[in-house]
Amino acid sequence: MSTDPQMQTTVAEEKSAPLLEIDNVRVSFAGRLGLGAGLVGKHATEARAVDGVTLSLHSGEVLALAGESGCGKTTIARTVMGLERPKSGEIRFKGTPLGRNLRSYRRKVQMVFQDPTGALNPRQTIYESLAEGLRIHNVPGHEEKLVAQALSRAGMRPPESFFLRYPHELSGGQRQRVVIAGALVLEPEVIVADEPVSNLDASVRGEILQLLLKLRNELGLAILIVTHDLGLAWTVADRVAVMYLGRIVEIGPAEEVLTAPLHPYTRALLDVVPEAEGTDRPILEGEPPDPTRIPEGCRFHPRCPVLSTGRAAELGVADACTGTDLGLEELRPVHFSACHVASKEHGRKAPPPPGL
Amino acid sequence: MSLLSIEDLEITYTTQGGDVPAVRGVDMKIERGQVVGLAGESGCGKSTIAQAILRLLPPTTKVTGQILLDGNDILTMNPGGLRAVRWGEASIVFQGAMQTLNPVRRVGQQIEEAILIHHQAGEQEATVRVGDLLEQVGLPARRARDYPHELSGGQKQRVMIAMALACSPNLVIADEPTTALDVMVQAQVLALLKELQRELGLAMLFITHDLSVLVEVCDRIDVMYAGKIVEEGPSKQVFKDPSHPYTRALAAAFPEIGDSRFRMAPSGLPGDPPDPQAVPSGCPFHPRCPLVFEDCPKIVPELYEAGPDRHAACLLVEGARTEAGR
Repeated sequence: MSTDPQMQTTVAEEKSAPLLEIDNVRVSFAGRLGLGAGLVGKHATEARAVDGVTLSLHSGEVLALAGESGCGKTTIARTVMGLERPKSGEIRFKGTPLGRNLRSYRRKVQMVFQDPTGALNPRQTIYESLAEGLRIHNVPGHEEKLVAQALSRAGMRPPESFFLRYPHELSGGQRQRVVIAGALVLEPEVIVADEPVSNLDASVRGEILQLLLKLRNELGLAILIVTHDLGLAWTVADRVAVMYLGRIVEIGPAEEVLTAPLHPYTRALLDVVPEAEGTDRPILEGEPPDPTRIPEGCRFHPRCPVLSTGRAAELGVADACTGTDLGLEELRPVHFSACHVASKEHGRKAPPPPGL
Repeated sequence: MSLLSIEDLEITYTTQGGDVPAVRGVDMKIERGQVVGLAGESGCGKSTIAQAILRLLPPTTKVTGQILLDGNDILTMNPGGLRAVRWGEASIVFQGAMQTLNPVRRVGQQIEEAILIHHQAGEQEATVRVGDLLEQVGLPARRARDYPHELSGGQKQRVMIAMALACSPNLVIADEPTTALDVMVQAQVLALLKELQRELGLAMLFITHDLSVLVEVCDRIDVMYAGKIVEEGPSKQVFKDPSHPYTRALAAAFPEIGDSRFRMAPSGLPGDPPDPQAVPSGCPFHPRCPLVFEDCPKIVPELYEAGPDRHAACLLVEGARTEAGR
């Protein structure tokens, strides 16, 4: 494992200054409350969508943020873009906190949304869509050249032939390329991609992911990919962070997190990835959890198979699981997990060799 | 006799922009108790086939060929016969459970309606049956009194499955039943469908673009491209060792975690699925095929034998060249 060049770069990058830092960010939304309930003095329950997340992204790194819907992964992406205001904590870009400098920041940090059809103005030509960003940011230089360059970097060649086309004339894959070109035209250093391929046809997805990897390699972009698909993370990510109910419960090098996970929730997510051999695998009971009612102790404990099968009790941590909230602990080099059982197991004996 | 037998099915939508041939000659068979998967991307015609089996297509659509369900010809059936077939013989679970349920009626009433219309039971008996059905799909019977908005996405899909089973059909068509659901809920719904299928001996037609889902639930898989079946065979073989380059690309879009071939190497096809109104000549897949050679744009491949009980419509399949040359 340690001879793997991919991992060494990740470890090396860990030491350099991060490009983007998310520092103990909390974001919450006010719950709905009926008029009557409001009059009798009830308070709306607060949904703690992001409940203390710390994350850093280095240049040239692809980080996948995974989890079920409602875990807060999209809220993180939106907060990074300045679309949601954190209740506490801060976002830093090259050490500068995100505040009133939104415009210059947005030039450097661009977002690619899930649905390219919704992200493009149907009444604007492709050229207009791309040039708009340049005009808003008063980017100096030859507009036509910059637009053409961005389109061709996004794999739309020859770029001039797309200038006067409208989004409806393009296929889904081409539209997503235009959206990516729209991000590239401002020469950003970070791209935040929220489920960038889940609205695309299966055979087209690979090309878009290849494009993102190519941009990382050629331009040194840092990419934060929000996805529910761990298979996708396997094909593109250097590091994987797994979220559950507003917190990161495991983060580390993609190979390790996906093949030798430390947290039972990561294991559960991996168990439900469909595969030819897996017929009777364990599936977590219940619905995706509710951020207005975060359980006491480890927030995963009501659904945790390790607790319910008695394994946690054997190790003597069952009380901690139900009673003590815990943060991430580094159980293997640059591999963190927030699980009482994993901490106990890894604290007592040397970490097992990663199963690769 | 097969439970479902489709022969030379051609379906053309008539639109203001001209005719759109969505299905261009499909043969397919489903035996009793068998689960068949139909894979393909948007626009390949897979959902059109599903709707044709229950004759749910717009009346202006041109449909030729034959669809036999338990020996009865669906395409020539009179409205009364058709009513008996829908729900009673074959039922369908749609993708968007959220949209398919009536928001202003209790879910129990909606299931009951299907039972009463088919005169399968009296009113009291039907209410009992609704409770049984809900329990069968893993919901407490009291949820019959809930309105759709009181249920989560997974629970709504369970209600849809209960409704599909209400009149004890022999065939259930599941059209992307888990696509809009979360990963964990998707696994729960798949497990439920598998369990019900085994328990009730149902035959199923399972439609999705996700080959990795199909390989888990299906006995056989048919892969469609541009309105035709391009590969069919036992599901594991089709997924693990595809004969058609398109199936290979589709399978690679759902990589196995831990497989070093896919690590940092997302694979996809150049281009996009073809427009049904402008299907390429010869093999419709040739403009995107990594293995294309000079004959591909000229010869329309048929389904050639590609091993025991397997077929693929590719000129590279062994023996295909000689056969095509004859």
